[in-house]
Amino acid sequence: MSKPAGSSDSASSGAEHPDADDHPERSARNARIGLWLFAAYVLLYAGFMGVNVWAPPLMARAPFGGVNLAILYGMGLIVAAIVLALIYMQLCRRRSPPVADDPGASA
Amino acid sequence: MIYERSLIAVVVFAVFVAIVLAISFYLGARAKSARGYFAAHGTIHWFVNGVAFAGDYLSAASFLGICGLIAFHGYDGFLYSIGYLAGWIVALLVIAEPLKRLGRFTFADALDNRFNSRGIKLAAAISTLVVSIFYLIPQMVGAGALIKPLLGLSHHVGVLAVGVVVIVIVVTAGMVSTTYVQFIKGALLVIFCAIVTVLILRRGLTTEPSYADRPFEAFRTLPASEMIDNPSARVLPETGGWVGQPYVRVRFDLPHVVLVWRRTGPDGSLLAETQTVTRTADGRTLVNGWPQGRGRNESDLRPVGHISRLPHGETSTGSVGPLEFFRVLQDSEIVLWGAQRIEHGDGDVTTVYYQKPTHGNDVLVPGASPVFRGVRSGNPLDKLDFLSLMLALFCGTASLPHILIRYYTVKDQAAARKSTVVGIASIGFFYILTLYLGLGAMTSGALDVTNSNMAAPLLARTFGELLFAIISAIAFTTVLGTVSGLIMAASGAVAHDLMANLLKIGMDDHAKVRAGKIVAVVVGVIAMGLGIAFEKMNVSFLVGWAFNIAASANLPALVMLLFWKRTTRQGITASIIVGMITSLAWVLLSAQTYKDVYGLPPEQAIVPFSQPGIVTIPLGFIVLAIVSLLTAKPTR
Repeated sequence: MSKPAGSSDSASSGAEHPDADDHPERSARNARIGLWLFAAYVLLYAGFMGVNVWAPPLMARAPFGGVNLAILYGMGLIVAAIVLALIYMQLCRRRSPPVADDPGASA
Repeated sequence: MIYERSLIAVVVFAVFVAIVLAISFYLGARAKSARGYFAAHGTIHWFVNGVAFAGDYLSAASFLGICGLIAFHGYDGFLYSIGYLAGWIVALLVIAEPLKRLGRFTFADALDNRFNSRGIKLAAAISTLVVSIFYLIPQMVGAGALIKPLLGLSHHVGVLAVGVVVIVIVVTAGMVSTTYVQFIKGALLVIFCAIVTVLILRRGLTTEPSYADRPFEAFRTLPASEMIDNPSARVLPETGGWVGQPYVRVRFDLPHVVLVWRRTGPDGSLLAETQTVTRTADGRTLVNGWPQGRGRNESDLRPVGHISRLPHGETSTGSVGPLEFFRVLQDSEIVLWGAQRIEHGDGDVTTVYYQKPTHGNDVLVPGASPVFRGVRSGNPLDKLDFLSLMLALFCGTASLPHILIRYYTVKDQAAARKSTVVGIASIGFFYILTLYLGLGAMTSGALDVTNSNMAAPLLARTFGELLFAIISAIAFTTVLGTVSGLIMAASGAVAHDLMANLLKIGMDDHAKVRAGKIVAVVVGVIAMGLGIAFEKMNVSFLVGWAFNIAASANLPALVMLLFWKRTTRQGITASIIVGMITSLAWVLLSAQTYKDVYGLPPEQAIVPFSQPGIVTIPLGFIVLAIVSLLTAKPTR
């Protein structure tokens, strides 16, 4: 079974506080992060489709580990989705902006 | 057939369904208000909700269909796994949070939040209803297919049983119980598939798969000369539909039987054993020339699926590692099975199932199945079919109404995000397992050559009757869970969007819940009817339909609403209607539908390829943009 890293539920809502999840700035920032990660995944997915369309014989080659590219790339896409989802969650959790959050850091 | 009705299966089944119903009744007491019924009070814990996402998503088609596709065609089934999971990235990174901010109960609410337009409500509710019903059909058909061999009931009874149990679940408790049913089912599915995968790897690969008390029966391939020299064998003349086909029919005297052999090898010098099923004009079923059954003077299909040659001439590898499993298969030769329909002039139809020894490396790359064969061809239009399906799977997930509705069952965006991540992790892990399960089934010697949907349960049976019973019961609860989620979405669309918001029928909370329950019963009855009517149709074909329609109708509206400020209500309404109608029409006019549904020659089909997504999804965006620009209010 799979569990996200650090699974404690500490999120609290309340739109006034800048760290609240539904604060407009915070939402905009999360949306931006989401779109960047999405773009990365689209490239990966398009690459898979591209190899299948333009160079199908490549799929039968075994680049390393003795396992062919089709399996490595396919499994890779699934693992990449899980990893991106975890990265996204981590980035969204981080407090923004860090300076206001931790006065000692810049002094 | 390959199935025997087993007492353990019936008992485990009954226990599963009883537990599910008990949860429903127990939690039903908690759901009194409309928000409680349709959105579980927004109080479901994110982890439970995340696993429930997996439960919702891993439908009968995911579990039975993908395993079956991989078991019969190799890697191509795995393409579905990849596409289905990739869709979650769209859902999480692009749609999830903005949507949670906008909506309350349903997809239509979210779209309508900015405009309060009756046109949008109507269009969105209809598209929710259409997609839900199209997604319901394959689930019901799958339920019937499962029940038939497991419990020895007819397809009709299977569909009715699922329908009744689901209606009871939905009517008694709504979203809370649906969520917990999905949580239990999702968790069990992933855990037991992981157990079966470990067992597959520990058993390793062998050229003579045998299990329980059933020894492996090899399918023979003999030199043609041996057949001619055999004094008790007589080659029958080619008559009826057999003329000009690569088959030789041989009558043996002891035991008295007619077997069909397929010519193979260079210049047809080898004969390979086949299995035949003949449906006679007067409605009888003959297997290898005998009435189907297990008694005297009866014959039945033998289980199939084995490795004909392992690397280095081994007969068995012993336990293998997860990567070694693929390495060994790549260098082996696996016997896949093809099917050919032969019509004899007198109304009898014979289906010949013949051996197709295939090199492992051919099985483990895309393009081995009829659906994706185009990938290996030189015709660019065939590749469009592959690309279009991959696009529809990518875009379809975020547009499925019963997936979207789950964003509303947790308390805030952070929780929605966390539950989606849990969902992606469990679904992704499961999809990785499908490749092992499918390939394990392919080489297990236990497959039913006529029914790919049963590959996963039959694989489980090679590890014992109990595991078989459990996996089958999980598959059945899979159907129950998905169907109840879909009926919830449909009943929300009608009761909340159409009746309360559009027709302005004044309803208090209780009346709304009652209306939702009545609608759930009606939709459930419709689904049962369709499940019976579509018995013969291919399950994954129907699921592809639902994904294409969902993506074409809903995705442009969702994405543009969230990211384009000049979107107008007319633009959204137009894109939903155009996307829904064009994708529906395209599918109805495609070669696959001509062949499988109308029984017409596929060459007559009007559209050039079967999957509409690559045309109709962009079309939805274009329509939305043009209509929005035309109807934009002059701001200054």
